[in-house]
Amino acid sequence: MIQVISFYIFAAILLASASMVIFARNPVHSVLWLIVAFFNAAALMVLVGAEFIAMLLVIVYVGAVAVLFLFVVMMLNIDFAELRAGFVSNLPLGILLAIVLAVELVLGIGAYRAGAIELGSAVAAATPTDKPNIEAIGALLYSKYVFLFETAGLILLVAMVGAIVLTHRQRKGVRPQNIGKQNRRRPQDAVRNVNQPVGQGVEL
Amino acid sequence: MIGIEHYLVVSSILFVMGVLGIFLNRKNVIIILMAIELILLSVNINLVAFSAFLGDLVGQVFAMFVLTVAAGEAAIGLAILVIYFRGRGTIAVDDVNRMKG
Repeated sequence: MIQVISFYIFAAILLASASMVIFARNPVHSVLWLIVAFFNAAALMVLVGAEFIAMLLVIVYVGAVAVLFLFVVMMLNIDFAELRAGFVSNLPLGILLAIVLAVELVLGIGAYRAGAIELGSAVAAATPTDKPNIEAIGALLYSKYVFLFETAGLILLVAMVGAIVLTHRQRKGVRPQNIGKQNRRRPQDAVRNVNQPVGQGVEL
Repeated sequence: MIGIEHYLVVSSILFVMGVLGIFLNRKNVIIILMAIELILLSVNINLVAFSAFLGDLVGQVFAMFVLTVAAGEAAIGLAILVIYFRGRGTIAVDDVNRMKG
């Protein structure tokens, strides 16, 4: 019973906060509602026993992506009132499209419930249930899907390099530290010992 | 009793909300990126629900890959947004025609 109640609570808050994401006037509020939505989605995933993905969702989305969004929203000086100009004129078509999509999806789910199309039996062996979720995922990830895992790491690397290359800009008129030049400088090039006679000026 | 259908309905409503968000906020690219995040979240819920339903952990592994791609996409998208704003002074994307595509 407690599962049913918590499922409905989490699902209701998830959908409500998702609607607030797209309807909020201030994008900062949108980001905060997005955080609420991710937390509730993580709770929904915990309910079915996928703790690892749930924690990953909280760490990656709330800890990184949402903070990135907040950072960009607050860093850029944007006139948000002007950006909302087309909101009302887009509303009828958008609502219509949303209704069509929702009806299609619900129809698909209803058809699935009425009796799924038999596409064959499951190919994968049943997951051992004696292990915890994280251990089982780790065993699968580092054995069968290790190349996909490394590809995911490569994707993140490329994304990082891309973001840095895109946003890095070379400023004119500043004098940055030139480490190679510093390291190439030797005492015999830079220091000069002079036996200076008394009474004459120093030649620099 | 909560079945797979409940999860599918929640994730499909979330998906539709993401699409609606793209349609409604056609100018504000930040909200569009957030709507894409909602769509990917609904996909993840679907994958995890089916993974639990079928007793097959591969769904959760693939949810992790979707998460990776979503994080990379958000980073690149926001970087493009920052340089676009630097050049144009606005982020209204409904009249982007710089590349004359």
